[in-house]
Amino acid sequence: MKTETNDLLFEFTVDKPAKTVYIKREFDAPLSLVWDAFTKAELLDQWVAPAPFTSKTKYMNFEVGGKRFYAMVGPDGTARWAIQQYKSITPKTNFKMWNVFADKDENPEQHGSDWDYTFSEEKGVTTVRITIYNESFERMESLLEGFKLGFASSLKNLERLLASAVK
Amino acid sequence: MRRDVFQAIADPTRRAIIALIALQAMTPNALAENFHTSRQAVSKHLRILTECELVKQEYQGREIYYSLEVEKMKEIDKWLEQFRKIWETRFNQLDKVLANLKKQKK
Repeated sequence: MKTETNDLLFEFTVDKPAKTVYIKREFDAPLSLVWDAFTKAELLDQWVAPAPFTSKTKYMNFEVGGKRFYAMVGPDGTARWAIQQYKSITPKTNFKMWNVFADKDENPEQHGSDWDYTFSEEKGVTTVRITIYNESFERMESLLEGFKLGFASSLKNLERLLASAVK
Repeated sequence: MRRDVFQAIADPTRRAIIALIALQAMTPNALAENFHTSRQAVSKHLRILTECELVKQEYQGREIYYSLEVEKMKEIDKWLEQFRKIWETRFNQLDKVLANLKKQKK
């Protein structure tokens, strides 16, 4: 599915056989700023939780083998903890991490997901490509594995067909 | 959010069945002709889809016709839209953060 927000490209697709979600988004800012926004805790916490949720980073060591331990906090104060572990970092180009839900004492759950971020800049517009690979059938991610966006859009066509068939 | 619905559509054959019966109500025999599979296999898929209330049965004489529960399918669409919206919200927030950073740099 492609949508344009302020003329900035946004793509979101799900590949079920590959258990992978692909996200692509353009930002009207130079690469160095976008890179900071994805790799510095104080900036991440400003945007990464969709309102009304807030993000709280307990600590973050952005280095290979380093971790970010953070929570998504709901409006009722409920915290959902998770750990991100950085597997590789190529400054201002790419980083890879492992994301796994955890309890408040930093004990990880069994299954997590692999994240790959790629950054590129052209004419002052920075493109970020995110690939999320899920190994498990657990939790919200597993629900995504069931279908592709293409399927959702074909449903829209079906709805139209059905609407005309009902008449 | 009902997990079973998503499991129901996780299977490619079941997705194909949905696509077919969206066009017209069909019997299990007619559906089986569209796949290289047995009527039993199709019936099993139909049972799962029926249990998840994605399809409904109607008797016409001795035949059972299966058709789509359109409202239920809309739920799936809505759920996916919500997930996409989460990312949209996130990125819109990031747009603001970046705009602020740009101002500070000037």
